Amino acid sequence: MNVPMEQGILLAAILFCLGLTGLLVHRNIIYMLMSVEVMLNAAGLAFIVAGSAWGEADGQVMFIFILAMAAAEVSVGLALIIQMFKKFRSVDINKASTMNG
Amino acid sequence: MKELLWLIVALPFSGALILALAGRKLSRLTCSIIGVGTVSLSAGLTILAGLDFMGNNPTGKPYLQVLWRWIDVGGLSPDIAFHLDAVSLTFIFVITFVGALIHLYSAQFMWKEDGFSRFFTYMNLFIGFMLVLVLADNLLLLYLGWEGVGLCSYLLIGFWYKNPDNGYAARKAFIVTRVGDTALAIGLFILFMTFHSLNIREILNAAPGTWGIGSGIAVAVALLLLGGAVGKSAQLPLQTWLPDAMAGPSPVSALIHAATMVTAGVYLIARTHVLFELAPIVQTTVAVIGAATLLIAGFSALNQHDIKRVLAYSTISQIGYMFLALGVGAWSAAIFHFMIHAFFKALLFLGAGAVIWVLNDEHNMFKMGGLRKKLPVVFWTFLIASGSLAALPLITAGYFSKDKIIWLAYVGDKGSVVLWLAALIGAFITALYTFRMVFLTFFGTTKAEPSARPGTGMVIPMLILAFFSFAAGYIELPENMGHVVLFSGFIEKTLPATATIHLGNSTELVFQLIAGLAAISGLFVAYKYYFNKPYPAAVPERNALQNFFFNGWDFDFVYDKMIVTPIVFLSRIDKDDFVDLFYKGLASLARALNIVLSASQNGRVRWYAMVIAIGAILTLTLIFYP
Repeated sequence: MNVPMEQGILLAAILFCLGLTGLLVHRNIIYMLMSVEVMLNAAGLAFIVAGSAWGEADGQVMFIFILAMAAAEVSVGLALIIQMFKKFRSVDINKASTMNG
Repeated sequence: MKELLWLIVALPFSGALILALAGRKLSRLTCSIIGVGTVSLSAGLTILAGLDFMGNNPTGKPYLQVLWRWIDVGGLSPDIAFHLDAVSLTFIFVITFVGALIHLYSAQFMWKEDGFSRFFTYMNLFIGFMLVLVLADNLLLLYLGWEGVGLCSYLLIGFWYKNPDNGYAARKAFIVTRVGDTALAIGLFILFMTFHSLNIREILNAAPGTWGIGSGIAVAVALLLLGGAVGKSAQLPLQTWLPDAMAGPSPVSALIHAATMVTAGVYLIARTHVLFELAPIVQTTVAVIGAATLLIAGFSALNQHDIKRVLAYSTISQIGYMFLALGVGAWSAAIFHFMIHAFFKALLFLGAGAVIWVLNDEHNMFKMGGLRKKLPVVFWTFLIASGSLAALPLITAGYFSKDKIIWLAYVGDKGSVVLWLAALIGAFITALYTFRMVFLTFFGTTKAEPSARPGTGMVIPMLILAFFSFAAGYIELPENMGHVVLFSGFIEKTLPATATIHLGNSTELVFQLIAGLAAISGLFVAYKYYFNKPYPAAVPERNALQNFFFNGWDFDFVYDKMIVTPIVFLSRIDKDDFVDLFYKGLASLARALNIVLSASQNGRVRWYAMVIAIGAILTLTLIFYP
């Protein structure tokens, strides 16, 4: 099955924008983390599409890297969220702005 | 003994050093022994060196003692070297001898004051610098002494620093003389540019061959040196600091503001007389300044009620006489009047100090009176000094020195009738205000009881000075009265004799009679108005003219309006320094950027995310739609 590259890239762009919008509109940090995952996968999809368009394996290799990185990121992110919840008794990101960092 | 010349200078400096370093730990007795002792040793050495100089040296060949090379850079190589000749010998004799007597006096006068060792530190330092000034063989060393005595003057006027008025008077003296010092410094620069040396003898030898008489540069240099001299010697137009300098203790007034430092200008002009002879117009200016100053200060002295201010104005007036003498080329007469004036004016200040001391700091003459019986020694010595100041004929030293100036103001080849008349009117006023002071202070009813009597430490210096105020005049007598020329003969080994238009003995007699008459009529008028008259014990009422004279012809007012107010106005405008505006702008720009950027760093993750998104969109837009 052959998907035209334009459509694949367009899907990746839409996914990326959805993720970004989710990141911007949500105050719940868990939703924000999920949005970031969506954006990461959108980027991965763009790699896959580009790789298949040129008939190269590089895009898929890149996606494996992104997956590994995302797994690590999620584990660290979830641990941080748990710490944050312990400290602030809330998952509202605005509550965690006191460090001005 | 001439080889010990350096020791004369070194002794007061060492005294000052010891007192400055260890003065706090020493007892008052030790302090006074060090302070008085070093200066007295200097005086003794000076007398020995002077006898050696006069005895073994009939031609008056100057003696030069080179100690070491001070600086050697870019063609400027002044030595620390002392130059002893007739003029500098006269000056160091007066400085150390009168200085030692005043030190002895102040040991008792200042005994109960705080800062006893500080006082003697400053006094010794002053004597040291003054000796450097008059013994210097080059103008740079002279300038060192010149600034040094200015510093000591500042320190001593503000000695009682707890009263802000004294600090103000000290600053005023320092700043006003600084105007003259700056002129002197510029004069030295020009001399160095021309002669590539600051050595006084080299300059005086080379100047007549380099500059024509009355050439522009010679006039400029002479004017600049004159500027320095009028500043230090409190002559018109820089005389305003001296009356305020009376804020210091009385011995300071006696030593610095009467006997020695204020005559530095006279010394400078006498020392560089060749330069003034090359600029006749400036020499005439010197005479005119002297004549104008002696009149202005005389009228001011006439309207004072503070005994020390009378003496301050009389000092300005008497130095006016010395300038007049310098201006008409009567070099030895000027130096002679300097010496006699040092004796009697120091004595007058010591006497006034004693009166103020026993009356618990009372300065107003109208609140004194009748002290003749209570303080006989002070009265008689004060009377002798007053007679000398008033130049009562034949019986006082002041007569012989002042009469010589009055006479030469007319017959000297640069003299004129106007100068002679000014000197004559000055002599009348001098006698008038002097005996006004004497009658108010020592005669009439007793208005204040003395609380103590001056002790021996104060009386002995006064007696010695009284002897000199009386007897020192007889070393120099006019032609028709014995014709003794010990002093002028001695000085003329160094300075040229006065060129006179000789008129014969009979005419000189007429002039002497007129001058004597002026002094005696001054005494008579003072007797008429002030002898045993019941003036109320208060500050006397003054009309507008008297007020004008009282305030020193309102010079302070004019300077305040002309110079001080505009400077204060400008500095107020420029309070935030104009140049600083750029740097302050730079600082506030950095602060503004700091505020903006730290506001963006607010800790809200969603805000950061949005900014990143906007940035990304903008970047992409710029890439694709440039």
